[in-house]
Amino acid sequence: MSLRSPLGKVLGAGAAKEGAHHWWAQRISAVGLVLLAPWFLLSLIALGDLSYINVHDWIAAPVNTVLLSLLVLAVTYHAYLGLQVVVEDYVAHKGIRLLVLLVIKFALLIMGVLGIVSVLRIAFTGNH
Amino acid sequence: MAQHERPVSPFMHYRWQYTNTLSILHRLSGVFMSAGLVLFVYWLAAIASGQSYYDQSLTCFSSPITKVSLLGWLQAFFYHLLNGLRHLGWDLGYGFEKSVARKTGTLVFITAIVLTALTWWCITSQVTASVAGGVL
Repeated sequence: MSLRSPLGKVLGAGAAKEGAHHWWAQRISAVGLVLLAPWFLLSLIALGDLSYINVHDWIAAPVNTVLLSLLVLAVTYHAYLGLQVVVEDYVAHKGIRLLVLLVIKFALLIMGVLGIVSVLRIAFTGNH
Repeated sequence: MAQHERPVSPFMHYRWQYTNTLSILHRLSGVFMSAGLVLFVYWLAAIASGQSYYDQSLTCFSSPITKVSLLGWLQAFFYHLLNGLRHLGWDLGYGFEKSVARKTGTLVFITAIVLTALTWWCITSQVTASVAGGVL
């Protein structure tokens, strides 16, 4: 006999004690990317000449530095959330699943930090 | 004890419809683009490392394999972007009707191809005109 109420069972949402956070995070990062990704693509096209000095100066402009950092953050986060769902759906073996998820997480963490540090270095070192 | 039919996952008994393909393409394009992030971050790191590193990276970006990958990445991007908007519409409760979902699916597929072609044309025509040359 269980003493838990039906409502309590529902609110418990399983052993993880949370249900909607992943869903929300994926949607919110998606909305951010709907704005940031086309902005980046259009900017590159508008830039035209992708020579070193041109690209360097473009990234070093304050607004571009901020938006590009946010793009790196949003895209690595969104990629992690998406890949996580795919791995959880198709990798049945628990041990392998955990290993693959950790590898993906660390790989995207490294890429995210490298991307943001690169953007900031371009912005703060100013020289060509 | 009577053996009951156990419930099975939708993919085990649904007949194929092209919307199924659109759905799995969303995942495939997402996974493909995630791999492409390596190139994006490499590009940023090359600029941060200085002129000589950036010029070296251009050799990599101008190789035929990278060019084809970039075209594929562009196609994946537009598909994922447009189909993602379709998903966000569903999350808000819009476009669930079968006929509407089919129409938006076709629209997404065709628009993605058109936008990819348009962007690729923009990039290549600009690059041939650009002084830098060799970029892309």
